[in-house]
Amino acid sequence: MRVALFVTCVNDTLFPDTGRAVVRLLRRLGVEADFPRAQTCCGQMHANTGYRDEAVRLARRSVAALRGYDAVVVPSGSCAAMIREQYPKLAGSSGPFADAVAQVVPKTYELTEFLVDVLGVTDVGAYFPHRVTYHPTCHSLRGIHLGDRPLTLLRQVKGLELVPLPGAEECCGFGGTFALKNADVSAAMCADKVRAVLDTGAEVLCAADNSCLMHIGGMLGRQKSGVRVTHLAEILCSTETAGAR
Amino acid sequence: MSSRDLILARVRRALAGVPDVEITRAYRGPSRTPGEIRLFEERVRDYRAVVHLVDEAGVAERVALSLAGRGARRVVVPAGFPARWLAAADAEAVADDPPLSAADLDAVDGVLTTCAVAIAETGTIVLDAGPGQGRRALTLVPDHHLCVVRADQVVAGVPDAVDRLAPARPLTWISGPSATSDIELNRVEGVHGPRTLEVLIVA
Amino acid sequence: MSVTFLGMPADRPFPRNAARALRDSQLRFNLRKATRTIRARRASVVAEAPDWAELREAGRTIKEHTLRNLDRYLVQLEEAVTAAGGHVHWAADAAEANGIVAALVKATGETEVVKVKSMATQEIGLNEALLEHGITAYETDLAELIVQLGDDRPSHILVPAIHRNRAEIREIFAEHMSGWGRPAPEDLTDDPAELAEAARLHLRERFLKTKVAISGANFAIAETGTMVVLESEGNGRMCLTLPRTLISVVGIEKVLPTWRDLEVFLQLLPRSSTGERMNPYTSSWTGAAEGQEFHLVLLDNGRTGVLADEVGRQALRCIRCSACLNVCPVYERAGGHAYGSVYPGPIGAILTPQLRGMGSELDRSLPYASSLCGACYEVCPVAIDIPSVLLDLRARARHPWPERAGMAAAGWVFERSGRLARLQRAGGRLRRLVPRRLPGPLGGWTDTRDLPEVPEESFRAWWDRTDGGRR
Repeated sequence: MRVALFVTCVNDTLFPDTGRAVVRLLRRLGVEADFPRAQTCCGQMHANTGYRDEAVRLARRSVAALRGYDAVVVPSGSCAAMIREQYPKLAGSSGPFADAVAQVVPKTYELTEFLVDVLGVTDVGAYFPHRVTYHPTCHSLRGIHLGDRPLTLLRQVKGLELVPLPGAEECCGFGGTFALKNADVSAAMCADKVRAVLDTGAEVLCAADNSCLMHIGGMLGRQKSGVRVTHLAEILCSTETAGAR
Repeated sequence: MSSRDLILARVRRALAGVPDVEITRAYRGPSRTPGEIRLFEERVRDYRAVVHLVDEAGVAERVALSLAGRGARRVVVPAGFPARWLAAADAEAVADDPPLSAADLDAVDGVLTTCAVAIAETGTIVLDAGPGQGRRALTLVPDHHLCVVRADQVVAGVPDAVDRLAPARPLTWISGPSATSDIELNRVEGVHGPRTLEVLIVA
Repeated sequence: MSVTFLGMPADRPFPRNAARALRDSQLRFNLRKATRTIRARRASVVAEAPDWAELREAGRTIKEHTLRNLDRYLVQLEEAVTAAGGHVHWAADAAEANGIVAALVKATGETEVVKVKSMATQEIGLNEALLEHGITAYETDLAELIVQLGDDRPSHILVPAIHRNRAEIREIFAEHMSGWGRPAPEDLTDDPAELAEAARLHLRERFLKTKVAISGANFAIAETGTMVVLESEGNGRMCLTLPRTLISVVGIEKVLPTWRDLEVFLQLLPRSSTGERMNPYTSSWTGAAEGQEFHLVLLDNGRTGVLADEVGRQALRCIRCSACLNVCPVYERAGGHAYGSVYPGPIGAILTPQLRGMGSELDRSLPYASSLCGACYEVCPVAIDIPSVLLDLRARARHPWPERAGMAAAGWVFERSGRLARLQRAGGRLRRLVPRRLPGPLGGWTDTRDLPEVPEESFRAWWDRTDGGRR
């Protein structure tokens, strides 16, 4: 099986630890992922802000880089949702771009989908002795319907104490450029999310998306709350002998 | 060009070349099986309506008790309401013939009716101005509405009721007493319609 | 062409309206409490319906089929209503609809009308228009009464006074009821039951004596000419049955093909709207019922423009249930007034710019009043894909130049992976120079949140250096 890692521009640029964790985790499970060097950004920011032409250009680039693989693994619910939900709409019904999208879309998996559905693994042999809460993120929850895959994986992690997050299904207020264009409403939404996280008494907040975590983590950090945010992949990669990094 | 023609022309222009969409009806349609009386009773009660389950022989007594319990002296009784169900009551039965004015209706103590159909799943009674039900205002202005529902009128769900009802008749679907959720989205019973809805199920 | 009127002035952009609302702690508290109450209620009655997904799909397809054959069904409706003794009028815009209604009222010789809560008449600003003709319109829905007495604006489709709590409502009643009719009781408290009773007494006499009523309709059945109104309080029944003349102003998208279709919508609407298995009262009538004079005013007011839009058309499926408002995290915090339209919340964010166009700053900002969280789509009983319509509108919006420049720059970088890699290397070297507070529109982030630390080495650089961790 030829597996491509679509690491996403946010992880590539700001959260390389997450990308490294995915590579190591997959390797531990016997999968050597390839990193197609031509990849950059899926185009979500442009599409969601109303720049469709730029989004189409980036979508074309992405499918060109990713086609030909048996599976594409994306450690981001929202970028996976972008590829699966928006690419077909951007590509239209016919033409080479539409063909390429039709090839790539059914092979695109968010990380936990790949682990649970493709590899059939729920216990990845991880060890993470911390009190953790999980934020499902909107696009993971309502976009690609990850369901309880992430929780199933987290429950198998040794030493990990999983605590439920009240109001988990509510948006944290990130929404890409929404956080800038409607900064006040976004901050008000984030404040409620932060309060819910603090109420759990967790030391770590995890999610399948670093962009939402960057948002919530940014406010947790500003408040000196002492709660850190970590991508799910980094927890799943951690073992007794080696930490996430 | 008239506005009618203008609007229709705009619609046709908007729809030029737009393909139709087929309607899918995979939901539960009319079951054509009797509705569960217990469920109907429970669902009516959920709306904070008063519910009694009686047999045919007990209707008159129950009607009398309910009216006496409220101290009702004059109640509207539409044409076609079975006289035997009124036999034990002390209250004066007021007929809507000639039609009562709104002020007249406001002055009576209550109204007795039958219904056209009742829905178990939603706890709804439907009146269609048929015998024993009268025109729509009769069950609106008085503060107390007592409705007698025969067990064979209770259907399972909404599709059964729609199936049984004739759209040409004026219909009133009643689910509990008049209520509002306009204050902090809390349900409060009793605004403009009857504040007390009493349902007698004849099983 | 004139701009479609939607009942409210469109002045400041959404973010500025929202910022003001966010500072109103009473509003925040009221909205949070109310939306959370109704969300839970809706969820429980929807979970109870085993065939909800199938009902939703039927609702979607019935509405979509109707829209795609709208001319045929409108003509059929007109014929059926006329055959049943009703009169049908067509209004291309708000001004025409208001003119028709005013003329119909004047013809009765009356100067007072009672109104059932209706979005269509709010949309066209009917009350204000009637007043210019010397006709006073009395709102009879409790929430509309609160809005009317308080000289306020509606902030929610179903519960227009959702922004008011019981104490504020008590104050409005005590102060203003006397100016409109029977005063509030001297000893009125803020107990909701007492407030409802005060409204009952205030309106009772008005119902019994007024000769003309104006309503909207939730559904209009083409096959039979039947109009359907769902309500809770009985004020609707009062208006629909007691007056001699009834005028219903109905958007052209409210038509349903057959009587049978109600079996779907009488399940979808109450559960989505008030979170009940069934609303207390549903009335239906066909033409001139029980000797009443009946007029149906069919309203376009921009709807045919929406119908022409391939993506946006689905907004016309809306049955005005408000489930999308109640579940929306943006609505919950910004409140309804921030949307500057009688249609607030997610549905308003896609309907208002389509009906009114994107000429004003406010209307251009509405498609951005969403984090695209998708909760609205999930609860919509007719499956309107609101996020997709928002994206489509965003793609058509005029964007400010600094944003265009930023997006173009980002697009240029992402166009070649080498450019991205060079930017990442530069970022790694200059990482210590990133300020804690960013300037301009980016400051919206750093006002309340820290920035992430820029790593020394990007993932891409690590992969190249270590051959994907293999050396």
